[in-house]
Amino acid sequence: MTVNMTKGQAISLQKSDGGSLTSVRMGLGWQAAPRRGLFGSRTREIDLDASAVLFADKQPVDVVFFRHLVSDDGSVRHTGDNLVGGVGQGGDDEAILVDLQRVPVHIDQIVFTVNSFTGQTFQEVQNAFCRLVDETNGQELARYTLAGGGAYTAQIMAKVHRAGQGWAMTAIGSPANGRTFQDLMPAILPVL
Amino acid sequence: MTAELTRGQNHPLPRARLEIRISAGTPIVAGATLGDENGRVHGVEWVAHPGTPALPGLEVSRQAAADHRLAVDLDAVPDAVHRVSVLLALPAGGQGPGRFGAVAAPFVAVTGLDGDEVASYTITGLEAESAVVALELYRRQGAWKVRAVGQGYTGGLTELLTDQSLPQAHELARGIHEAVAGGLARSVPAPPARTADGNRSRQAATPAHGTDHGAAASQGTPGTVPPVSPYDAPGVSDPQTPGAHAQHGTQQPYPAGPGDSATAGPSSAPTGGGPIDYSHPRRQDAAPPPPPPAAPPAAPGQPARPVAGDATGWSMEERLYNQVWGMFEDLARTTAAYRSAVDFADSRMEKELDQVLSDPRSRIGGQGDAAREAARTRHTQLVSQAREALDRDIAQLAAEADVVEPALPAAYARWDSPVWHAYRVPMEIPMALRLGDLHLPEADRIRIPLLVRLPLERGLWIDSGRSASLDGSFADSHEMRSLGLETAVAHAARLLAAYPAGEFTVHVIDPAGSGAQALAPLVQTGVLAAPPALGAAGTADVLARLTQRVDLVQMALRGGAPDALPPGLDTSQQLLIVNDFPHGFDDRAVNQLRYLADEGPAVGVHLMMVADREDSAGYGPLLDPLWRSLLRLTPVADDHLADPWVGHAWTYEPALVPPGSQVLRQVLTQVAAARRPWDR
Repeated sequence: MTVNMTKGQAISLQKSDGGSLTSVRMGLGWQAAPRRGLFGSRTREIDLDASAVLFADKQPVDVVFFRHLVSDDGSVRHTGDNLVGGVGQGGDDEAILVDLQRVPVHIDQIVFTVNSFTGQTFQEVQNAFCRLVDETNGQELARYTLAGGGAYTAQIMAKVHRAGQGWAMTAIGSPANGRTFQDLMPAILPVL
Repeated sequence: MTAELTRGQNHPLPRARLEIRISAGTPIVAGATLGDENGRVHGVEWVAHPGTPALPGLEVSRQAAADHRLAVDLDAVPDAVHRVSVLLALPAGGQGPGRFGAVAAPFVAVTGLDGDEVASYTITGLEAESAVVALELYRRQGAWKVRAVGQGYTGGLTELLTDQSLPQAHELARGIHEAVAGGLARSVPAPPARTADGNRSRQAATPAHGTDHGAAASQGTPGTVPPVSPYDAPGVSDPQTPGAHAQHGTQQPYPAGPGDSATAGPSSAPTGGGPIDYSHPRRQDAAPPPPPPAAPPAAPGQPARPVAGDATGWSMEERLYNQVWGMFEDLARTTAAYRSAVDFADSRMEKELDQVLSDPRSRIGGQGDAAREAARTRHTQLVSQAREALDRDIAQLAAEADVVEPALPAAYARWDSPVWHAYRVPMEIPMALRLGDLHLPEADRIRIPLLVRLPLERGLWIDSGRSASLDGSFADSHEMRSLGLETAVAHAARLLAAYPAGEFTVHVIDPAGSGAQALAPLVQTGVLAAPPALGAAGTADVLARLTQRVDLVQMALRGGAPDALPPGLDTSQQLLIVNDFPHGFDDRAVNQLRYLADEGPAVGVHLMMVADREDSAGYGPLLDPLWRSLLRLTPVADDHLADPWVGHAWTYEPALVPPGSQVLRQVLTQVAAARRPWDR
């Protein structure tokens, strides 16, 4: 059963039967907003990039993005860059898989970000969402829809962090500006 | 001449035989109702829908699709019919969009049979409606006209049909949706199950699977093929088996209904959403791969026991190759996780200890000691956690290595493996060749075979220089040289053994004759093309012949005339072993060697240098590109190879023949015997 998350909400990533999750997928989907006026049929391509930054004690340790598709330890994998988005009709355009059991012991937070590589602001993006899926059975655990696209080019979507023995997810949804995750570092640090 | 209609507008129809083309961004249901002069639909037999696709003069598709073509023959429509309404509906019950407001505006066009458009209409302004009457063809004073209607119904098909005074509207609407669900289930194949090595990290971009769209289609409607594991039943008859694509031609994904293809014409063509069969209809030579060994069921709570060859591939050889590389990557990444955790623990402890030192309060009393102790405990705890995770992974990989190593074929196996005693000259070259073993200090037990693809893409350089060997035993330069040549001979013998008879030729340059002892196995068994070349003259001769060969083959390839090669030319792969470089080489010979290193691999001429780089320092930077283009191997264990994922320094150990073993000579004797008929 999907939980529709709101900004700042946290959910625990326990399975309904009490077992803990082993593998999750963070999926990102978006579409270019239709253009009004003349030449409305000319499509513009919006390249959003999903990245995951691995933190140990508030220090960035590793990052998974379109140029480094697998974290050094192999626990976080990016399925590949999607340059246009929107073709999946509600499916994931980019996905990052996290094998929670294999995440190194010192990593305590994984922050997921979205950047507009082509520079359009989120005003020109519609139906953007990020969702967390239990990779073992395909069930959607949480969905967070980007509401009210504003004049910014990046967003810190959510973080998955250790909570007790298991993991929890917090929807963050704070706007930022930048082309890749490097530009976001100052914006990420306050939400850790 | 096209009329673009707006809502309510009408247009005369010039002909009776027409096609109505519908396109929407998403699969939709298309149907048509026949009405009398008052617009009343008399019964279910007056409705054409996917369940009953054909009525007199009217034909609709059997399934939901993004594009439709309805065939209409107005002359064949019964006289009592005065109105034909074309209706569209969204399939119910699926996970697709439930309202037209969420999909692209449907576009409807009336065309002649030759395709020229008579009138078109884009249905805009729909919101919560899930069914819509798109067009109406109606009789007016004996002639037919078309009107753009665009009347939507929030209540779906039921409301639409009720509005047309159909008494059984409810039942019919349900029937239509059932028929559509059946068609949907027929047309979309179940997604393949995850492969057995799904937990293996792969760099390649895989498509994000399991999107809403695919999942909607595969949900178990009666009549669907249940999702099967690709390894369960790789039988010829199973159309779901990945890899058995060639078999698709015999299975029709669309069961042809009676009269379906005969009357419908274009409307029965596979429309959006169906699988497309790219295979040749009559060619079936791509046999499915034999099934890999099945993993025994794992005990509950235990990781699955590893099985040799459970990676993907078309043959056992390819599976083992992929499995070895998978183990290589897993070990690299697991170790990276451990190392980064330990690094982090170290730096954190250092920081905490620094803090304690700089805090003046900690100098008084036991506070400082307690804080130091706490920092150390946190360090120990994290490191032991990391070690635990590493040990768990290493145990799993060690178990895998234990089953994989004995299963390796000769080309992948160590020289002490029993498969070398059962050696037979192969009929075709293997995928790859083992050049040695790799291991990491954290996991000393696990030896990963270093497999390189054949044919070789770059030459080899056996470094006989003084390397600071790991165990501290400092071999003197003479010993290193003979060890280097011994290693080279072992590699060359393996290459000779891996190729079919006569397809691999080895030349040796040994200008000073210093390698006679190490080269003895090659010389005495008679596998060499010619005795080792001695002196400057011999060197020049061998180099000249190989250079000429490279030139000729290159010219022939560039000119697109491989048939034009001289008849006596040996077309096999060539390996040149150079011992004691640069002894006996003049400038001309060095240049020829560089030419061979640059151009040779593309035309099957490879170098194996046994050399100490310092010896050739006199040539200056001239030879740097030569060294860089070769794969450097060492005759003793040395940590100089980096993996492609994380860049750990791996300790390389060459694949050497165990001391006293006769296996090398036995193998080479067989190779020589197999070559004799070719060498006449």
